[in-house]
Amino acid sequence: MPMHPLRLSAYTTLSALGRGKQATLGALHRERGGLRPCDFEDAELDTWIGRVEGVEEEPIRGELAPFDCRNNRLANLALHQDGFAERVATAVQRYGAQRIGVFVGTSTSGILATEQAYRTRDARTGRLPDSFVYQHTHNVFSAADFARRRLHLAGPTLAVSTACSSSAKVFATAYRHMQAGLCDAAVVGGVDSLCLTTLYGFKALGLLSHRLCQPWDGTRDGLNIGEAAGFALLEWAKPDDRGVALLGYGESSDAHHMSAVHPEGAGAQLAMQRALDKAGLRAEQVDYINLHGTATPANDVAEDRAVVRQFGTRPPCSSTKGWTGHTLGAAGITEAIISCMSIEQGLLPATLNTRTIDPRLSANLLLENRASPVAVVLSNSFGFGGNNCSLIFGNLRR
Amino acid sequence: MLSCHLAGIGLRAPGLSGWAESRAVLVGHETYRETAMPAVPEQSLLARNTVRRTTYTIRLTLQVAEEAMNAAAMPNAELASVFACSGGDASALDQIFNALTLPDRPVSPNQFNNSVHNAPAGYWSIATQSHHPSTSLSAYDGSFSAGLLEALGLLTTLRQAVLLIAYDVPPPPPLWVHRPIAAPYAVALLLTPKPAATHLGRLHLALAHGQAESRLEEVGLERLRGGNPAARSLPLLQIIARGRENRVVLPYLTDTLLSVRHQPC
Repeated sequence: MPMHPLRLSAYTTLSALGRGKQATLGALHRERGGLRPCDFEDAELDTWIGRVEGVEEEPIRGELAPFDCRNNRLANLALHQDGFAERVATAVQRYGAQRIGVFVGTSTSGILATEQAYRTRDARTGRLPDSFVYQHTHNVFSAADFARRRLHLAGPTLAVSTACSSSAKVFATAYRHMQAGLCDAAVVGGVDSLCLTTLYGFKALGLLSHRLCQPWDGTRDGLNIGEAAGFALLEWAKPDDRGVALLGYGESSDAHHMSAVHPEGAGAQLAMQRALDKAGLRAEQVDYINLHGTATPANDVAEDRAVVRQFGTRPPCSSTKGWTGHTLGAAGITEAIISCMSIEQGLLPATLNTRTIDPRLSANLLLENRASPVAVVLSNSFGFGGNNCSLIFGNLRR
Repeated sequence: MLSCHLAGIGLRAPGLSGWAESRAVLVGHETYRETAMPAVPEQSLLARNTVRRTTYTIRLTLQVAEEAMNAAAMPNAELASVFACSGGDASALDQIFNALTLPDRPVSPNQFNNSVHNAPAGYWSIATQSHHPSTSLSAYDGSFSAGLLEALGLLTTLRQAVLLIAYDVPPPPPLWVHRPIAAPYAVALLLTPKPAATHLGRLHLALAHGQAESRLEEVGLERLRGGNPAARSLPLLQIIARGRENRVVLPYLTDTLLSVRHQPC
């Protein structure tokens, strides 16, 4: 039995591409990426980043001011775009605040606040400054808690933190909670912000590219880190609903290595297969694949093999990491929303910056934007620890 | 109402060295002694060269996982998993934060791997060769309840056994002031859709509002419960140990609790 589809009755996205759906779509149409040479804090790194401009000037004020940190600022900006908070308020009137769940993915939450606290701590005692608020900034639950309070929701709430698959998996967690009757609707989302931990951590792993990242290119040499926030309101699709919906999800574990993918992409393929099974679809019904496509030499090989084994070389594929950077715990929601916009707009984004496809890779990679109607899209998100999640979105009137 | 069967338990905390060893303390037949946390022994789940790359937190989670899985005698590779933890591995993060204050910021790649919230889940899946879904989550002080709900959601949709592991470890000094977790604590519950050979009863879950959260009479155990988010599971473990049908109310969110009824077999 395929799962009952979950309609995305509202959604919003914020990344280096722009604030909100229109800005993002405009950048996609003009083929204008959002990456820049690294100018984050005092990081001295020869790489490119996807930084959201102006976050420094938008503190969180009022009763939620204790939540003020870069990560929650991104969440706050996103929640107030595209009429999202208003759409959620309407849903509260329909379902009641207790019947709407909140499931938010993040990898590093607001740990930039702790990095800053360590850098300004008392030289003698080692004490962190009193202004540091651990619970509402650094803690993994912070962004989910913030979204719940900002939207005045009272349903089941948790943060999923499975590295780069975090905000893809929130769709699965939301479905489980709704299916179990714990809530009738759900706000899902993802937020991750630039911080020195991830910039220097990925540098230490030798995975940062000194150039613009080039997924699937023969000369690719690593990723660019970005930051993003995105949210979607999920409701059970009704028979005469229009718009886009989650049709399936698939989760798996590589059980192979903490930070290296399985060379043949076995876990990745399992996630895609399970998503197809959950949606009750066959591989040939997928019209476009939004790849995880981080542009590291090993990851792209593994994903290419998994995609080609599962789908052959027919479906057009692209990685949008060259537009936004790898937004880590926010990558799932960011690419889920780009997938939904592909369905609504008939626009398949190019794999930006990629010039010459690696001859060892054989997926049908898009090097230029393509205007083409698509009804069913698969989006991949794979994280550290071998945690994989694939999502399938589709037009309800396909 | 969400329901499941319970097939195995693993437990480690100061004075609680394993489920079988702790039952008499939990039911009050023996006095609770807050002894120092036993050293985490050599892992049997992980290869020796892999153990060297892990942290205390990772080894602690694998130890309770192993205890629950051994008790249930089920094939490890057939389990889905949920790892619930309020704040992750603060010791790994502390080392990174210190490195970031030094010239050239020498972050250790291994500490960076260990710092992700799902590091224990990653090591567990490698050790068990489980390719099944795995969620790592947090709901601050309500992380155990959130984990139990997600585990039941997985069990219901997949119709397969799920291992829930809830844990938290005190952070190093600079962070401890801001997050004073009193003692390490880890618990593993092996949950099954059907009764297993080792059957510890059924659990029934429901969200609750406006009720008082369950506490423990024994002062030391109550201090442990209040001092670690994962130890909010203790009232549930106590009624399971007693073996008479009973219900507890566990903290979840600021305005929401989780009611868990235990029905012995």
